[in-house]
Amino acid sequence: MSKTFRLSGYGRVDRSRPVTFLFDGKPVKGYAGDTVASALLADGRHLMGRSFKYHRPRGPVSAGSDEPNALIGVGEGARHTPNLRATQVEVHEGLVAISQNRLPSLRFDVGIVNTLASPFLPAGFYYKTFMWPHGFWDKVYEPLIRRASGLGKAPTAPDPDEYGLHYAHCDVLVAGAGPAGLAAALAAGKTGVRVILCDENPEFGGALLSDSHSLIDGVAAAQWVARTVAELEKLPNVQLLTRCSAFNYGPHNMVALNQRLTDHLASAPVGMPRERIWQVRAKEVVLAAGSLERPLVFEGNDRPGILLASAARTYLQRYGVLCGRKAVVMTADDAAYRVAIEMAEAGLKIVAVADLRANPDSAVVAEARARGIKVLPSTTIQRAHGHYRVGAVELAPVSADGAVGKGRTVSCDLVLMSGGFTPSLHLHCQARGALTYDDKLGVYLPGDSVEHVRSAGSCRGVYALDAVLRDGAEAGLNAAGGEGDLPVWTVTRQDQPGEGGFAGALPRRGPGHLALAFVDFQNDVTAKDVKLAVREGFQSIEHVKRYTTTGMATDQGKSSNVNALAIVSKTLQRAPQKVGLTTYRPPYTPVTFGAFASHARGDQFDPLRLAPADGWARAHGAVFEDVGLWRRARYFPRAGEDMLAAVTRECRMVRKTAGIFDASTLGKIEVVGPDAAEFMNRFYINGWTKLGVGKCRYGLVCRDNGFVYDDGVVGRVAKDRFHVTTTTGGAAGVLNMMEDYLQTEWADLDVWLTSITEEWGVIALQGPKAREILAPLVDGLDISAEAMPHMFLKEGTIGGIPMRLFRVSFTGELGYEINVPSGRMREVWDRVWAAGQPHGLTPYGTESMHVLRAEKGYLIVGQETDGTATPGDVGCGWAISKIKPDFIGKKALALPALNAPDRLQMVGVLTDDPHYVLEEGMQLVAAPQMQAPASADGHITSSYFSPALNRSIAIAMVKGGRSRMGATLYAPRLDAAAVRVTLVDPVFYDPEGARVNG
Amino acid sequence: MVEITEGCVLSRLPASTRLILQGRQPALQAACGALGVETVPEMLCTAEGAGGHALRVGPFELALQPTGDGLAPLEAALASVPHSLVEVSNRNVSYTLQGWQAADILAALCPLDFSLAAFPVGMATRSILDKAGALIWRTADQTFHIEVWRSFAPYVEGQLHEVAKSISYNILTVQH
Repeated sequence: MSKTFRLSGYGRVDRSRPVTFLFDGKPVKGYAGDTVASALLADGRHLMGRSFKYHRPRGPVSAGSDEPNALIGVGEGARHTPNLRATQVEVHEGLVAISQNRLPSLRFDVGIVNTLASPFLPAGFYYKTFMWPHGFWDKVYEPLIRRASGLGKAPTAPDPDEYGLHYAHCDVLVAGAGPAGLAAALAAGKTGVRVILCDENPEFGGALLSDSHSLIDGVAAAQWVARTVAELEKLPNVQLLTRCSAFNYGPHNMVALNQRLTDHLASAPVGMPRERIWQVRAKEVVLAAGSLERPLVFEGNDRPGILLASAARTYLQRYGVLCGRKAVVMTADDAAYRVAIEMAEAGLKIVAVADLRANPDSAVVAEARARGIKVLPSTTIQRAHGHYRVGAVELAPVSADGAVGKGRTVSCDLVLMSGGFTPSLHLHCQARGALTYDDKLGVYLPGDSVEHVRSAGSCRGVYALDAVLRDGAEAGLNAAGGEGDLPVWTVTRQDQPGEGGFAGALPRRGPGHLALAFVDFQNDVTAKDVKLAVREGFQSIEHVKRYTTTGMATDQGKSSNVNALAIVSKTLQRAPQKVGLTTYRPPYTPVTFGAFASHARGDQFDPLRLAPADGWARAHGAVFEDVGLWRRARYFPRAGEDMLAAVTRECRMVRKTAGIFDASTLGKIEVVGPDAAEFMNRFYINGWTKLGVGKCRYGLVCRDNGFVYDDGVVGRVAKDRFHVTTTTGGAAGVLNMMEDYLQTEWADLDVWLTSITEEWGVIALQGPKAREILAPLVDGLDISAEAMPHMFLKEGTIGGIPMRLFRVSFTGELGYEINVPSGRMREVWDRVWAAGQPHGLTPYGTESMHVLRAEKGYLIVGQETDGTATPGDVGCGWAISKIKPDFIGKKALALPALNAPDRLQMVGVLTDDPHYVLEEGMQLVAAPQMQAPASADGHITSSYFSPALNRSIAIAMVKGGRSRMGATLYAPRLDAAAVRVTLVDPVFYDPEGARVNG
Repeated sequence: MVEITEGCVLSRLPASTRLILQGRQPALQAACGALGVETVPEMLCTAEGAGGHALRVGPFELALQPTGDGLAPLEAALASVPHSLVEVSNRNVSYTLQGWQAADILAALCPLDFSLAAFPVGMATRSILDKAGALIWRTADQTFHIEVWRSFAPYVEGQLHEVAKSISYNILTVQH
């Protein structure tokens, strides 16, 4: 007997292009068009992997994306991809593939002991067994279980490939290019609308490529496919995507496709992306996802050599590969008879077709009998024997009452099973489509959906080829608007599908407490696991799923869901539709992380927003920190300085002479219009009517719940024009909130908002020498203390460049914020820098900014506040206007709870030890040793070493803090005694404010 | 000017005056008048007059690109109408993206439909280029005028280059 299982005269692989690839280090021969699975099967090799939990030897059970067993790793090094389905991986010269989850080799795997231990590894075993001793879970059990189970290994090196992501738009998206999909695409395409047709396979045609029986318009099915694809290719409004899976159906008909461009090529053109995601916004979607043959559940049904009948047909008709020499067919459906006939014709010996049904009598059954194929009605498989390959099965009679008698064991090297066909509902479910249970077919079918989606063909239970073509064409035409000619084809020969099929575990003799009859091959879930879950009280199918993990593997229950459902239904003696069906989740098939990341990678992952003086800061050795998307200079260390040393020096220089700081990232909004002051009155807690033109005020915004949302200085540029600043992080949020109120509550106001954050660059010049440095630069503008006191604003020019000059301070020193057009800020910065040199002007960063403001007790929104602090809590009750009729948060702020005396209030904190710097987030409690659980009196929000005070300082939020000045509290530590602290006023430095007004 | 891929040239435009005019219909009408534009363009449409371009990017908003005299005639025309006129010349950085693949490249970064039927010449809108906000204005079949905020410019340029690298392989065309 020939060693090869490849047949001449069969298959669509290119015999003129032999290909050699490596599997587990050994060369394997195949042909262009083969998959790894078909090439190995052509060598007679079914063993391709080890199972997830029990390490059972496994071979392919399917020939497509529903494959749960034959999962392999492909590629080397950083390009290694684990857990790919060997039934889909196309071979090419030099392909390197490995089997997975085996140690040391596929044939000899020590993990097989798990099978021997299987009676002790029932469903949910890890919930039950590993609870003791306490603490062993993290360090011992979990790592062990993780090592023993699982499949392939993820690569650790960065992915060297390119990936793409694109948006696309069409009128009709057709997912799946089998008979229904091709018919739909053609019907829609001919109306002239934009159509996208995608299919996960390398060529269009779906099941028709394996169908050597049916004739459409007098030609073979595959020929009809070629003709139809050629017709589609001629339509410029139709886009065709092969190797492209629709894997996610998002809201509003946004469907994600994953297109694989290079994996099937021996060498890809330079720059070609490996994969691409298409986010398709489709006006209408036609799902032509087809149906999947259901495995049968019997003891030993996972042995290599046991596969779906339709898969064996595909290996024969598409790849020219016979899956064995001697087969038993186990079926509950007519379709398997056609497979038996074709396999017998190809030279395979059919031992028998065992049919679960008592009276199989359709035309195809008669044809099989006429060809001498032995048909055994009312017969089941009690058990399959074999280890690396099925060697025999026991065929046992099933009596009318369902009892299974003693059978006889027949030898075979192949078992073809067919439990009928399950419509693929994954995408329909993702589209939030309802399901209806069809009693006649014993499966769920798509019901209504909120999306503009329709299913066509066998994914909605239409199985006869002529009906499928008609259904597809109608769906396509209707999706395109319904106007146009409906393409019509005549199917001149086809099998009539029966209404057979079986779901659940096959009947067996004896209870089978030790029998491993697999429901979910990929997650190693058996029929007894599902039954046990029900016995233990799990009745909802969603609970059974999570307890047993059935349907939770990456195959998303393609082959297992309906069988699991039927077992639960039978055990509970409750109709399947009363048990329900678990949710199918995206992705339909796994998608690489690279494709999701696409062009958001490396330094392009997020926008990096650079402030105008960023280049200068880099040149001056700044250390940076990320603040939202902005990169900001944190401090400017000199040789040998650490952060503390640099910050201490920077702070001292600001207080002694002057410092310069890039404050451009502050949010800025221009509020303009006749009603600008009225708008400000309603939006901020402060009053604005009396703020004169040319003056500034510190403003606080609350949400309607009365809690502080943002703050910033506001300058009145003109009667109808305010220059509002926000925090760096709050810029977008404040503008959105303003727009929200304007558009929904106060649409009557004549006031408009423009973001000017990036229009103005801001140079903060702070320190006693600030005026002296600035005065010569501002083109004659009088900035003397008398002409421009603290919180004043003037417009002018600086070296001819337009300027809005604010006299404001976040340091407590005399200071200015020089606003100039951002595109020219660097020029101004350089001039100020040069002018400051004789005075010792020093650059400072965000860290010093934080210390300087803390010395003055200025709060930072988001640091002192946490979304539950009122203005009063943070010592800003003075800012609330008492005379305004309303503002956002006014009602809430009147609530007793927001005025309770024991609310957390902002206070200063000093440690007994002046060198000890508290940690931010430390809790404050009443006594040094508290019995747990103890409730805290407050917590530290800011803590620094203060150069001005030459000691540590901290700010805290403490219950009733303002009335507890001088009180002692304790900050517990994990590794040492609690730290004793005293509550003080939070203004540590220059409490009279003499310096800021200097 | 950089040819970021065959069939697509990215050019950064020199700084010029950009204004955001907001107000009710009379204000929009007055501003258009000052630019020599007869009627206020419909939503997401643009119009050109002797004094510059007006882009209708919001119900109460025009993005103005005055030429020549710039601000003064606008301020004069708007003097007696409630409005907000704010200069954003420095906030925005402008580019053109030009070539037969320009729409395909934008389609990698923006979920809008750039087919000529859905996004005709003269249409302008605020949208996104991946994680950055952008104003996108089709000035010719194969030419887009793009404005982004200054600090996002390096990111947007980087993304356009990144996308352009692999644009020519098996791409669906967005235009028909």
